[in-house]
Amino acid sequence: MKKTIITVVGKDTIGIIAKVSTYLADNQINVEDISQTIIQGYFNMMMIVDTSRSSIPFGEMARDLEAIGEEIGLKIRCQHEDIFTRMHRI
Amino acid sequence: MINIFEVYETNKMIEQEKLDVRTITMGISLLDCCDADLDTLNQNIYHKITRLAQDLVSVGGDIEREYGIPIVNKRISVTPVSLVGAQACTCPEDYVAVAKTLDKAAKATGVNFLGGYSALVSKGMTPADENLIRSIPMALSSTERVCSSVNIGSTRTGINMDAVKLMGEIVKETAEATREDSSLGCAKLVVFCNAPDDNPFMAGAFHGVTEADAVINVGVSGPGVVKHALESVRGENFEVLCETVKKTAFKVTRVGQLVAQEASERLGVPFGILDLSLAPTPSVGDSVAEILEEMGLESVGAPGTTAALALLNDQVKKGGVMASSFVGGLSGAFLPVSEDQGMIDAVNRGALTIEKLEAMTCVCSVGLDMIAIPGTTPAATIAGIIADEAAIGMINQKTTAVRLIPVIGKDVGDTVEFGGLLGYAPIQPVNTFSCEAFVNRGGRIPAPIHSFKN
Repeated sequence: MKKTIITVVGKDTIGIIAKVSTYLADNQINVEDISQTIIQGYFNMMMIVDTSRSSIPFGEMARDLEAIGEEIGLKIRCQHEDIFTRMHRI
Repeated sequence: MINIFEVYETNKMIEQEKLDVRTITMGISLLDCCDADLDTLNQNIYHKITRLAQDLVSVGGDIEREYGIPIVNKRISVTPVSLVGAQACTCPEDYVAVAKTLDKAAKATGVNFLGGYSALVSKGMTPADENLIRSIPMALSSTERVCSSVNIGSTRTGINMDAVKLMGEIVKETAEATREDSSLGCAKLVVFCNAPDDNPFMAGAFHGVTEADAVINVGVSGPGVVKHALESVRGENFEVLCETVKKTAFKVTRVGQLVAQEASERLGVPFGILDLSLAPTPSVGDSVAEILEEMGLESVGAPGTTAALALLNDQVKKGGVMASSFVGGLSGAFLPVSEDQGMIDAVNRGALTIEKLEAMTCVCSVGLDMIAIPGTTPAATIAGIIADEAAIGMINQKTTAVRLIPVIGKDVGDTVEFGGLLGYAPIQPVNTFSCEAFVNRGGRIPAPIHSFKN
């Protein structure tokens, strides 16, 4: 099963991880790794998640997370991991 | 393990530097649609295209969402129609009927362009080829999404000057037939020398006779990404410059390869080639001209432009070739004037002329592209420009093409607006000395000596 990368970019605020991980837990999506850093003044978080037991299709998850991001003024994107591994690994 | 900085870099390329997959083009062979009856032929064509490409647009959309990479166009290319229609079409009007069928099929599948209303006449013309060519003005003015191309020469065969002369007239007639739309028909018509069989980019895409029944060809593009990468090595020597272009081209191409494989697998159609080209759009920050200027030119068109372009084209190929299992098409840098803000600016400030553009086409991926010229330009002069460009391709064993738009009712100093990805362009002056007697000779320019390689 392909892993999905969730990225959260924007101004730092309280409860970002809580909101995103609650949503993921509610939909049977397992978080395998979280890393975060400040890049060029922006809060950047990356989650690697496993959606193989997810109760919802990919498109719906992407839309829901985008909406959660908008609520708290952040940009949340979901992408299959391949786009990153292909670009940066030979 | 994936690293957050790489994720950030990829997404920055997509969001800020306008990295995209320019097109997924499904090539479809129509050779098995041939029939002596025009109605049956049209039905066969419509059914085959709509059957094979019914999921093309939706699959493209799925890939776009799942990977977060924009796929700007979904398109179809078909077998050159002069071959498909040879049995059934006895006059130009018959071919127009086929063009309308293609347009209907394009709309039904939701693609924005369908290419392949083409004839391959590099050595000679059959009556079918000539009928198709003569039908082009009518076909392009009565359809919306059909694109046409004619291959009038190659390194192996020389240049068919009868076809060149005819194409000069056809370009003019197409301009007249679409005068209400700023002569837009000419933006959908390309005249080639050494046309490749597997080019996914419009308007010159067609599904060559050497190809399989159906294939997926993908064109990637990322001039903005290359330009941004070069900003970080300003003032460094050429070795560093070349290395930077190469590495960037590699990354851009890898994304294309991923999309191509996914599309091919999901559609159940084999992967053909990846065309690793830098194709600009009219939006700011998506310009090939800006890359050349970032290398140190005050404006595109300045001395040094051809060398800068040669370097860029070569490094793009070197970087991209290893990133994909099959590279083909036109791979390199496109130089359309109307579709590149940097080119438009250079023309407006008087730095870039058609003659300099012609010199640049010796080292770019295709040729004179999307150049607006006065509507009064004689057909013979257009044919002369086509012959010049074809000669560059023939002698240098490269693909060259001409997509000139003589805008009826406009002259130097005016601007023409095409809208969307086709952009806008200032009308450029054309050398007014006549080449009529040369073009009117007719016949064929023989293949160059280095074509005899056996």
